[in-house]
Amino acid sequence: MKQNTNEMKLVFDSRPENEGLARVTVAAFCTQMNPTLEEVADLKTAVSEAVTNCIIHAYEGTVQKIEVCCRMQEETLWVDVIDQGVGISDIPKAMEPLFTTKPEKDRSGMGFTFMEAFMDEVTVESQVGKGTIVHMKKTIRR
Amino acid sequence: MENRFEIQGNCLIIHLPKEVDHMVTDEIRRDSDEIIRKKYIRTITFDFSGTAFMDSSGIGLIMGRYRAMGMRGDCIQATGVSSYIEKLLHLSGVYKFVEICGKV
Repeated sequence: MKQNTNEMKLVFDSRPENEGLARVTVAAFCTQMNPTLEEVADLKTAVSEAVTNCIIHAYEGTVQKIEVCCRMQEETLWVDVIDQGVGISDIPKAMEPLFTTKPEKDRSGMGFTFMEAFMDEVTVESQVGKGTIVHMKKTIRR
Repeated sequence: MENRFEIQGNCLIIHLPKEVDHMVTDEIRRDSDEIIRKKYIRTITFDFSGTAFMDSSGIGLIMGRYRAMGMRGDCIQATGVSSYIEKLLHLSGVYKFVEICGKV
């Protein structure tokens, strides 16, 4: 294994109370890379968006497992947020700014837009009825 | 949380918590809509001075209250806005109808 790599995996119930846990854990993991305060804030918002999507959309309020996998290598951090929920049928549509399937719940439709704005790369893999993986990548420049 | 809502004349001030995410926005939405129904409110001021974190749930909260207030031009204000919160307001486009002010 390369010297400057590190990994962690967090598995938790899809409860809103755990959104804070997820973003703070990823932020704590990332501190080894000596990020700026702004980079930490960006990362926390992106993780919060991905986890909120799992809770509201993937599992639609039911309590199941969400997995957050982080890996760092030198200046790069990868964060994967994984669920086994309903899946997304039209990924480009879901990623459009202001698109939401739940406007009545005051969802802004800005989740993926924020992830894309705050991370360097966001890709989504999804299968309807099987689940979704959101891959995110960010370079932390010391 | 106590004193989250404050009414000054016909302005409703919402003192937002430290972390504005999906869990707290549901609660704030419920409570603020009840106040709007019961009292004559012309302006809602979101006070961010105690807020260190927000995600798009907070943006949804602002957009929803703008709709609830009839989408009038001067009905939503924000105060105590840090550079990070300002970035979120701009990125999401809500700054177009949110007046950013200094003090409450």
